[in-house]
Amino acid sequence: MTALLAIENIHAAYGLSRVLFGISLEVETGECVCLLGRNGVGKTTTMRSVMGLLRPTSGRVLWKGADIAGWSPHRVARAGIGFVPEDRRIFAELSVWENLDIAARAARRRGRWDIDAVYELFPALRELRNRQGGFLSGGEQQMLTIARTLMGNPELLLLDEPSEGLAPLVVETLLEKTRELKAQGVTILLAEQGVDFSLALADRVYVLEKGSIRHSGPAAELRNDSALRDRLLAL
Amino acid sequence: MAASFLFSQVMGGLTTAMFLFLIASGLSLVFGIMRVINFAHGSFYMLGAYLAWQGVQWLHPTGAGFWLATLFAAVTVGVLGAIIERVFFRSLYGREELYQLLFTYALVLILGDAAKFLWGVEQLSVSTPPILSGGIEIFGTTQPLYTLFIIAIGPAIAIAGSLVLSRTGIGRLVRAAQMDREMLDALGANVGAIYTGMFVFASFLAGLSGALVTPIQSIVPGMDVLIIVQAFIVVVIGGMGSFWGTFWGSVIYGEVLSFGILIFPGFSLFSVFALMAVILIVRPWGLFGRPL
Repeated sequence: MTALLAIENIHAAYGLSRVLFGISLEVETGECVCLLGRNGVGKTTTMRSVMGLLRPTSGRVLWKGADIAGWSPHRVARAGIGFVPEDRRIFAELSVWENLDIAARAARRRGRWDIDAVYELFPALRELRNRQGGFLSGGEQQMLTIARTLMGNPELLLLDEPSEGLAPLVVETLLEKTRELKAQGVTILLAEQGVDFSLALADRVYVLEKGSIRHSGPAAELRNDSALRDRLLAL
Repeated sequence: MAASFLFSQVMGGLTTAMFLFLIASGLSLVFGIMRVINFAHGSFYMLGAYLAWQGVQWLHPTGAGFWLATLFAAVTVGVLGAIIERVFFRSLYGREELYQLLFTYALVLILGDAAKFLWGVEQLSVSTPPILSGGIEIFGTTQPLYTLFIIAIGPAIAIAGSLVLSRTGIGRLVRAAQMDREMLDALGANVGAIYTGMFVFASFLAGLSGALVTPIQSIVPGMDVLIIVQAFIVVVIGGMGSFWGTFWGSVIYGEVLSFGILIFPGFSLFSVFALMAVILIVRPWGLFGRPL
């Protein structure tokens, strides 16, 4: 059976500075896979390469077996990949409801996620629906950016550093919501620096270092073996 | 000064203002959303005027075909806008302003020469459509119906435009494209198509105003450059990218020009440039714009 997403040996660069040196990974339907690693090891670049926001210099990105490397971002999104960027990128001058509405219009993918479904997952957003995106707290923005991507009914959710810059209590809520998403069958590729957050969610992990994969294996292995964890992720 | 005289001046100013609004709104929209300064926007206006004249000649030289000719001119300019955006502007987005300036200026020269080649350098004129050729008495003055029609069409387009931007799905997508093009693309919207649509709409408005101006002004080479300078002043006064700013900027421009003639006869343009200079010093982002 072909994997939902398979990245095969991609290299990528921003101008002359090379960032990815042959990344390969796979995500199966229903899985939560985590890319772990410090800042600057290539987690975001990997996601941007999948999304079409950066064209890999070589290698293939296979979505359900078809090579989508070099596709434009909107084509990738319409094929069923949803991107939640690290810096959230809420449309600051649009209201919460408008942010959600345009996402549904943009992706043109109907499914189980509509405005009521995302309000049910994040009840706070229903209360804030008329507030401008720019006036939300960090945690509220993070919920909105996930909800916004869900409005496109993606089959795979790319979650880039969702816990970054959030207070511990907010991270806890976010963890719960993400678990709920996973329980509902959303396939997730997560990028994280936070070991606790990622290991609490992930089925499998890839540890990145300097643009290559240093280690890959079940998340349970890292959860249970603190020596291995320290060796791979000593910060 | 008699009240009727003042009224006439106000109406004259408003007529100038509404033509400028139709042109400057497209200029401001294209800049506000795509961050491209299109010097050739005035050339689209000029082409609209020539095409309307051509349409009238083909249909009915007495002027009965005016409305159809106007539609023909505006649509043709819109189609031309689509081609120019798809083929050339694509590679200008995100580039330095210098490239945009050079390219759009080249377009001004090419389209200006093309118009001379096709229609010559003689003044051309179009007669007022019969249905609007009369006038009505207001405050002891006779206002041509055509002028009143122009003064009505400006606010109508302004209100319709701002409602579309604020209340419809298309409008929300356009505003989102203005805020973060890449994010909107990653959400699945074909931002390139949105850009093309906006450019076509702006070109259509320029062509429309060029066609509508023909019963009032004669069509001459050089009208493209004259109008683009005025449109830029309007946009600077009102604020780049602000829709209502462009509207009020046009009204201010029209009235200052209209009354400036009374105060400084022979230096009427001076008053407008002076106003722009003051605004650039006090509020460089324009009356309704926001600091960049």
